[in-house]
Amino acid sequence: MAVEGLSESVMVTQLDKLANWVRKNSLWPMPFATACCGIELMATGASRHDIARFGAEAMRFSPRQCDLMIVAGRVAMKMLPVLQRIWLQMPEPKWCISMGACASSGGVFDTYAVVQGIDRFIPVDVYVPGCPPRPEQLLQSVIDLQAKIQRTGTINGKEFQEQRQWPHPPRPLAVELPPAEKMVAPGNFASATRLQPDVRS
Amino acid sequence: MTHEEIITKLRDKFGAAFTTSEFRDNRRIIAPAERVYAVLAFLKQQCGFDLLAELGGADYLQYPDAKDRYGVWYVLVNTTTGVRLIVKTFANDPEPTLPSVFALWKGADWMEREVYDMYGVIFDGHPDLRRILMPDEFTAFPLRKDYPMRGRGERHNFPVITRPES
Amino acid sequence: MPLELADAITLPEGPEREYLWTLNFGPQHPATHTTLRLVLTLDGETIVKAVPDIGYLHSGFEKLGEHLDYNQYVTIVDRKNYISPVANEIAWFAAVEKLMGIELTPRCKYLRVIFNELMRIHDHLLACGAAALDLGGFTAFLYAFNQKEKIYDICERASGQRFHPSYLRVGGLLADVDETWIEMVRAFVRDFPPAWNDIVRLLNRNRIFIERTKDIGVLSKEDAINMSCTGPVARASGVVRDLRKDEPYLAYRDFDYKVICAQEGDCYARYLVRMEEMLESCKIIYQAIENLPPGPINVDADSKVTMPNQLSVYRSIEGLIHHFELIMSNRQWQTPVDEVYAAIESPNGELGYYVIADGSGVAYRTRTRPPSFIHFAIFPYLIVGHQVSDVVAVLGSLNIIAAELDR
Repeated sequence: MAVEGLSESVMVTQLDKLANWVRKNSLWPMPFATACCGIELMATGASRHDIARFGAEAMRFSPRQCDLMIVAGRVAMKMLPVLQRIWLQMPEPKWCISMGACASSGGVFDTYAVVQGIDRFIPVDVYVPGCPPRPEQLLQSVIDLQAKIQRTGTINGKEFQEQRQWPHPPRPLAVELPPAEKMVAPGNFASATRLQPDVRS
Repeated sequence: MTHEEIITKLRDKFGAAFTTSEFRDNRRIIAPAERVYAVLAFLKQQCGFDLLAELGGADYLQYPDAKDRYGVWYVLVNTTTGVRLIVKTFANDPEPTLPSVFALWKGADWMEREVYDMYGVIFDGHPDLRRILMPDEFTAFPLRKDYPMRGRGERHNFPVITRPES
Repeated sequence: MPLELADAITLPEGPEREYLWTLNFGPQHPATHTTLRLVLTLDGETIVKAVPDIGYLHSGFEKLGEHLDYNQYVTIVDRKNYISPVANEIAWFAAVEKLMGIELTPRCKYLRVIFNELMRIHDHLLACGAAALDLGGFTAFLYAFNQKEKIYDICERASGQRFHPSYLRVGGLLADVDETWIEMVRAFVRDFPPAWNDIVRLLNRNRIFIERTKDIGVLSKEDAINMSCTGPVARASGVVRDLRKDEPYLAYRDFDYKVICAQEGDCYARYLVRMEEMLESCKIIYQAIENLPPGPINVDADSKVTMPNQLSVYRSIEGLIHHFELIMSNRQWQTPVDEVYAAIESPNGELGYYVIADGSGVAYRTRTRPPSFIHFAIFPYLIVGHQVSDVVAVLGSLNIIAAELDR
């Protein structure tokens, strides 16, 4: 709305909303493409279903320059530490799309070597089902993520920090298992076996 | 050379040290672990089988009428005549060991490493026998029949990263 | 020059060692075609030693083969060489149908041949497009993807899904194709050569492309055979071997086509072999679609290996019983207790399955003979002495698919 005395080129809004609008329209994806969904990701970037319409064609493969990690494809046990390291290297604000059934829940591969859903180990914002999801589904997920950013974003990233008061400080990231339990500790595979007991209850 | 001529030549050299079988169009030669290297070397040098198409293993623990536990097969192809032949051999617990055919065909390098990784069969004479598909710290042999399909919890043993920490 | 193990694995001794440094060409890298890892030891920019580290996509395919039955496993098999999905299914069912001794109907054979060749075009389009993309030529990649979208449309018309269709079944197919599909294939055959020509005009005589791929990663004929290479990688080194001609499967005896070979064995030769093979595949599809025989696509339901059609299930007692026998998991197929190996000429090379059956409807052991696994093993030998930027050229020319590599 125009204030009296100012020309029509002035717009009044909130800083948060402006930052959200800017951030959502230039999401640079970090394609963590492991398997077949990677081909659909490439097809989404190709000419028929163009992800450049959403400002997301700059697929920079360096995590320092991206703000959206698209995990496309199944994540094997050997690859998960790599995924976690890449996620930690990305600077905030950052979001994660879990593309495909395998990244969201393990998909058809309920085997010894595939992580049953990356959201057990990484915070995920949008899930895209499908095996593989059509490019239109991936574009819909980008639109949904844009809506989420517009709705809940702040300029200084407060939405990425824990809101409630803890009785305990955050756990340290580098967790060392005793050597006897590394890699062979038989966990209860029906539930996610965490390395340290969950202190937040 | 047809299959019959090859088997005749093998019988002349090795006598009764091997048996043959066939199914559909696969012709198989089953040799014990002690003679299999000599049989393969003879097939490569005298009968012209220069392409090792496949080297794979299986665990016959739950197979009906199985006498040995680990089976390894070599699919050989003669590129000039197009003849295909399968050589099978067996190994047993404990310490299943077989001679490595790396000296004959360099393509056996990774295929033998994979049989070691999945079954624990050790290949004597392999230059670099270590795990290839599983992480190096993995201690079990996944494709054995006594290893469960969903694993023993190794796929959950990773630190969890939450939003405020990253 | 014969490849020696010493060239690839041992390092020079003495004070020269201090000049060498290690570069991790990690599993997350755009040019490593998803999850491959190379640990390169460099002397300046020249590569002295390259150690591949694989397994970053190992998903336990072969373990799954021991728990899913012959028709369910096709969904998993599709996801191996994800760039030519239906070709994996054709290979799997080549082994299973050989095991069960099933002879397919002519229409099914022709349709499988058409899909095999469409997938060959699909794979080679991505291989050549990605080879150009890795060297910096983005336009060729987009041209290739444009044609791939047409193949996706054809696949979707036949089966309902763009790729990973799980279209084949034991003894037949999921569903028959209709007139619109035949018209789509005819339109594709008509429009593909001009689009192919676009890519040729961009790359074949492109000075930069030739300089970056000629005499890079030379593989001699003896080494190709000794290292078990097959497919375009071997044919570009002079190994004249193509399973479609040497051990014809499906209906390949009825068609007239050439096998493309080259002699130099470098990256440029592999690229040229793939490009020409696409045109030959187009010829085969044309011949197949014009002579498509009419008739059923599944073998007779009385042989108890395929599902009868829905009408006979609901209206006749035999159909109902055949359906019941195949669905109930304690009955299913009665297979011989034996082992079989069968291979097809997939776009990447010889894709074979060694299936051990124990008489039930679930295979005892399914082993894949993965061409990408074997081709990646020759990589350390090809790259010694080249520069770091040649790594992407050689990787692109070998067409390594990580899911087939790691299974």
